[in-house]
Amino acid sequence: MINASLKQLAALLAGKKTSSQELTQSYLERIQAHNPALNAFVTLNAEISLAEARAADARIAAGSAAPLTGIPIAHKDIFCADGWRTTCGSKMLDNFIAPYDAHVVSQFKAAGMVSLGKTNMDEFAMGSSNETSYFGAVKNPWDANAVPGGSSGGSAAAVAARLAPAATGTDTGGSIRQPAALTGITGLKPTYGVVSRYGMIAFASSLDQAGPMAKSAEDCALLMNVMAGFDERDSTSLERPSEDYTRDLEQPLAGLKIGLPREYFAEGLSADVGAAVEAALAEYRKLGATTVDISLPNTRLSIPVYYVLAPAEASTNLSRFDGVRYGYRAPDYTDLTDMYQKTRAQGFGSEVKRRIMIGTYVLSHGYYDAYYLQAQKIRRLIAQDFDAAFQQCDVIMGPTTPDTAFNFGEKADDPVAMYLSDIYTIAVNLAGLPGMSVPCGFGANGRPVGLQIIGNYFAEAKMLGVAHQYQLATDWHTRMPNTI
Amino acid sequence: MQWEIVIGLEVHTQLSTSSKIFSGASTAFGAAPNTQACAVDIALPGVLPVLNKGAVERAVQLGLAIGGHISRRSVFARKNYFYPDLPKGYQISQMELPVVEGGSLTIQVGETEKTVRITRAHLEEDAGKSLHEDFHGMTGIDLNRAGTPLLEIVSEPDMRGSAEAVAYAKTLHSLVVWLGICDGNMQEGSFRCDANVSVRRMGETELGKRCEIKNLNSFRFLEHAIDYEARRQIEIIEDGGVVRQETRLYDPDRNETRTMRSKEDAHDYRYFPDPDLLPLVISEEWIERTRAAMPELPEAMRSRFVTQYGLPVYDAGLLTASKALAAYYEALVAAVGGEAKTCANWVMGDLSAALNRNELDIADSPVSSRQLAALIQRITDGTLSGKLAKEVFEALWQGEGEVDVVIEARGLKQVSDSGAIEAIVDAILAANPNQVAEYRSGKDKMFGFFVGQAMKAMKGKANPQQLNDILKRKLG
Repeated sequence: MINASLKQLAALLAGKKTSSQELTQSYLERIQAHNPALNAFVTLNAEISLAEARAADARIAAGSAAPLTGIPIAHKDIFCADGWRTTCGSKMLDNFIAPYDAHVVSQFKAAGMVSLGKTNMDEFAMGSSNETSYFGAVKNPWDANAVPGGSSGGSAAAVAARLAPAATGTDTGGSIRQPAALTGITGLKPTYGVVSRYGMIAFASSLDQAGPMAKSAEDCALLMNVMAGFDERDSTSLERPSEDYTRDLEQPLAGLKIGLPREYFAEGLSADVGAAVEAALAEYRKLGATTVDISLPNTRLSIPVYYVLAPAEASTNLSRFDGVRYGYRAPDYTDLTDMYQKTRAQGFGSEVKRRIMIGTYVLSHGYYDAYYLQAQKIRRLIAQDFDAAFQQCDVIMGPTTPDTAFNFGEKADDPVAMYLSDIYTIAVNLAGLPGMSVPCGFGANGRPVGLQIIGNYFAEAKMLGVAHQYQLATDWHTRMPNTI
Repeated sequence: MQWEIVIGLEVHTQLSTSSKIFSGASTAFGAAPNTQACAVDIALPGVLPVLNKGAVERAVQLGLAIGGHISRRSVFARKNYFYPDLPKGYQISQMELPVVEGGSLTIQVGETEKTVRITRAHLEEDAGKSLHEDFHGMTGIDLNRAGTPLLEIVSEPDMRGSAEAVAYAKTLHSLVVWLGICDGNMQEGSFRCDANVSVRRMGETELGKRCEIKNLNSFRFLEHAIDYEARRQIEIIEDGGVVRQETRLYDPDRNETRTMRSKEDAHDYRYFPDPDLLPLVISEEWIERTRAAMPELPEAMRSRFVTQYGLPVYDAGLLTASKALAAYYEALVAAVGGEAKTCANWVMGDLSAALNRNELDIADSPVSSRQLAALIQRITDGTLSGKLAKEVFEALWQGEGEVDVVIEARGLKQVSDSGAIEAIVDAILAANPNQVAEYRSGKDKMFGFFVGQAMKAMKGKANPQQLNDILKRKLG
């Protein structure tokens, strides 16, 4: 059962082979057994979960079930969920009970899916290893010494360890794809604007995008059918006709043109990740695809550009955490300024403070043009690189990360080394394109490798089909860590 | 030494939308604290702003009314600073690309007209309120006002002295009220002025160092604050000092301005485009739709009154001082069916005087345009003399009923029966042979004496024209 796809679970529920309550209960038990070692969940609320499961069972019995009704899903703790503690991985929100549902959460609720719990994450989604969480790092289910990636590390680990059939994540610079790659699961970051950001705690508004994290591309497609769509409460949400993300799953790949950016196969890529990706590309050729060399010349600029723009936006997005209305407030202070300073000094962790300071600096009078405006210009060049590339190919492929999961502490004291681990994912966010990561093998250390698939704007259905065909031909996505 | 006082105004007008600029919460004034602040207004984690189109349309109306340029693309920016009544830690405003650029307003100071250039008008959200009085040693925060739509209208430093500044503020005030984009209620803070004041020696072309006086919410405070501030700056310079650029507050109780913060303490607001909001794109079609929905502007109405009603420019100006007054006048003329000048005289004369005396607005006039029309008709048909009409007007004001009822009840009907008038005239001429002789010997002035005697005898009710005619005939 723990390896069952969403489609299979739905069939079991529809055929009354199991109930949502049984399913939910069994996942809660798995969480209870494994979470102490993994730390993938920060908040559980069995009462709410089981109540939702009962409601789902009633809906199934009444014959009014939607395709995924009754199946549990874990939510990254960046999404506000009514009645749930919503921490964003921070001491600042340790005591914050959200009074409303994020759009994504309400979409899954409306579809009858059961909220299984809130997953751990890097503080305010700032991190690539989950080590910045106030609630302690998540362990990689494949290797307890390895990071699970970040920032959606809790969601990735929960799915990889089969503590949840599926989970939500968010991706600002790779926060779905990188942990998906490092834990051997499938994750999709949609085109910017396809999924509403309402109720998702903002890190960098122009880059943040929510997406599904699951065992397979097919599961991701079913989840996209629930979470995507226009929401008038998010001004950057795109008003487009709704689409069926499963529509291209069975499309054969003959004639598919895959672009291989030479910058993604250059210095810095580890040999075993390179080999696994090459093997995946060979599989694609077997399936009828052809590959073409392309160039994304401004790739190397994506990290500096990102580390100007994302902190700039974050520095003001996080201003609302001031101790005045909700969340943490320092216990002792002398006056208003002292209250602000102590609250924020005590409430935020060091990575968050680092980015607030970078962001404040680059927006300051006299530096704005040199940093922020310049970065925006280069951002456009990066998007143009992709535009040009998609003249030559249907999808772009390459490694999701330069290496397999690194060890705890390995990069924690070297922010730049940590930032460089997102070299292949960040440009996709800057351009607003959809990207996904699909498991494609293991490194010499037995840790998973992810294949990144990048599509043109709104090409999610095609990408999911391209990934699904690969998953029909391979079994990497069905592998489970033996620690569980 | 002659000094020139140079003033530019920044006016915050609260736009008359029923919901806030970026949320659906109500903007109604006076609700219990924090009952009109939704998740977006209190900046819960995860919430996002959505622009209220009604606020944009009001900004466009102002832009069209002042002949400004409506930006086809404008950008909302975050203005970052920490304050407890600013929930997000930034205010959403417009910086580099405001919704309206350029434009002007013509003001009247005494006999002279002057054009004040307007630099820009931009949309922004208001902050909440900090309440220091009711909480001992603590501060209360009321976020009802947070997110209320404001249009900040910035003028060039084109005004010289407080009289011009007040005239500009009043003209702008009546314009936004006329357009219906702002309720103009200054006590409730719907129209607040910041004055940038500097002084320079007459004839100098460079501007002096300016001080900004914040939050002047009455025309009187605006006038006094500018006068005080100009005097203060002149004294500093005359004593050999230099004016420091700073932000000041006006204290109406002591009639003085005080330092709020100096330029050195000025915030670095770190403006940048708000990534939660797309650039505001205003199509030609949207502008035209907004223009079509606008009321006739005061200036256009003024010239129409001159051509359509044949009124002097002065009358047209007075009658278009407010939209309500103009509407009253037009309804009056329509009900009378002409007599535009007589109607104007009544509105500008007796009616305005009575309204002023009772501190009433035209909308609250106890005499309706229909009643006043009936009164004017009784003058033109000869029922009432001008003098009697005034008495009837007083009675209408006091609520004594319709015109004909009042005339009847008070017995004010003018006597137009020539037989009755002739009888009285004959009696008077017979009783005053000396005066008749004087008149006939060329003393024309005596004519008034006979009119007076006849009116007295008829208790003022004689039709004056008829009386004149009869007297002339009998004396001639």
